[in-house]
Amino acid sequence: MDHIFFFYFAAVIATTSVLVVALRNPVYSALALLIMFFHVAGLYVTLHAEFLAAVQIVVYAGAILVLYLFVVMLLSIKSEERYHNQLPVAGLLGVMLCTEIILLLIQSRTAASAQAIPADPVTGSGNTEMVGEALYSTYLFPFEVASLILLVAMIGAIILAKKDINDQVQQ
Amino acid sequence: MEIGLRLAVSLAQIAAVMGVVMLTVMVLTLAERKVLGWMQDRMGPMEVGPYGVLQPIADGLKLFFKEDIIPAGANKFLFTLAPILALVPAMIGFAVIPFGPTMTIELFGMQVKPFVISDINIGILYILAFASIGAYGIILGGWSSNSKYSLLGGLRSAAQVISYELNVGLAIVGVILLSGSLSLVKITEAQAGGFWNWFIIAMPFPQIFAFVVYVISSVAETNRVPFDLPEAESELVAGFFTEYSGMRFAFFFIAEYANMILVSCVAAALFLGGWNAPYPGTILGHLGLDALAWIENVVWFAAKVYFFLFLFFWLRATLPRLRYDQLMRFGWKVMLPIALGNIVLTAIAAYFFPR
Repeated sequence: MDHIFFFYFAAVIATTSVLVVALRNPVYSALALLIMFFHVAGLYVTLHAEFLAAVQIVVYAGAILVLYLFVVMLLSIKSEERYHNQLPVAGLLGVMLCTEIILLLIQSRTAASAQAIPADPVTGSGNTEMVGEALYSTYLFPFEVASLILLVAMIGAIILAKKDINDQVQQ
Repeated sequence: MEIGLRLAVSLAQIAAVMGVVMLTVMVLTLAERKVLGWMQDRMGPMEVGPYGVLQPIADGLKLFFKEDIIPAGANKFLFTLAPILALVPAMIGFAVIPFGPTMTIELFGMQVKPFVISDINIGILYILAFASIGAYGIILGGWSSNSKYSLLGGLRSAAQVISYELNVGLAIVGVILLSGSLSLVKITEAQAGGFWNWFIIAMPFPQIFAFVVYVISSVAETNRVPFDLPEAESELVAGFFTEYSGMRFAFFFIAEYANMILVSCVAAALFLGGWNAPYPGTILGHLGLDALAWIENVVWFAAKVYFFLFLFFWLRATLPRLRYDQLMRFGWKVMLPIALGNIVLTAIAAYFFPR
């Protein structure tokens, strides 16, 4: 049963990911990305990580992708032609990435069988509490650094926007 | 066999909840016009049936038989998809709302919770997640119509829904801190035993500010007056659904009312104790009729929800529409700091005085 769900989600994720870059209409690309986000959330649910699944949808599907759509509609481009003649570079990068993945897979096939995966690491308290505890104990430093980077980005965005206003006033 | 039976019971529950929601939507369309009428010293619809009570049926039939028009130059696929994307998230959120007391009954040898379709441990996040998806219906509906009014309405709505969704999410955090759970069932249970335990006034830190932020933000999120910028009639004809007609229009319309009911249910469950009566226990329970106590609980829940729905109509009859920059400034510079301050104070209070 679990395998059926996994293969369904994985197949849809792979297909829609390709569609995001292959479709000509940017609005359709955004919709394909939306479907992909939902199926990634589905994968999280099959792993009993409901909190991550909900956050995935709230943050990526509910906020970030809406902003993308917003921009696409404001620019009102029916189809984007600028990026459709970069096949040689993209092909080269793709081949490199594929070989990398294949090499990693061959390596892991020999090494991974030694490591046993814990059967059900999240038991007892709910996974929301587990995520919170992990973030604020084991990963406290990376967590704080990440929030600092976000703060810097926010201040940077404000400064950039303010500059524009000042320029307009001077003109 | 076991799975099939479970599926059948779940589907029956879903059908029942959807039936109740659709019935409430019908009642609301009439109630809104009646309440607005009385507030403006007129009678509202009076023609269909006694006192106009059959008006929703007439409206439904009219919409059903209207011609379905797809404007020239519209994107047919997205034009069809948008109303569905608006309605489905509005309906799906009801899956985790507890309408009545937590109890299990034996049905065909299975444990069934009659008043909640699914008690998942991330209930409130689930509702937030699907509420944020509702914005797609509006944006895509506006964009695919190939009309400037629709596009402007859709864009306004996108900005508005994102801004106010944040405030809704932050206002809820205080309640989650106090109850220690994301499940709506557990949050409601934590407020049992009288109105002084409801989170709006509960010790150690009353969530009254969070409540105000939640109510205002949810009015904005459902695109109701005074925040109905996406469909401002005097500026944008009808906003994002200008080009829609017939059943597709009805879908947007039902979605708006279903969203109103959903945010009212969440407000009742989070801040006003959900199905708990304002006194300890239930009167029917004290009289020795424990088997019927659920009726009283469900009635209390319905009363709280209808109070919020009445508030929506009341606001519509009272307040003028905000200007767009006022709306944005209010959301980001007034509501957001209040919600953030509430989280900090609630966290401090919950740390020093754990419930």
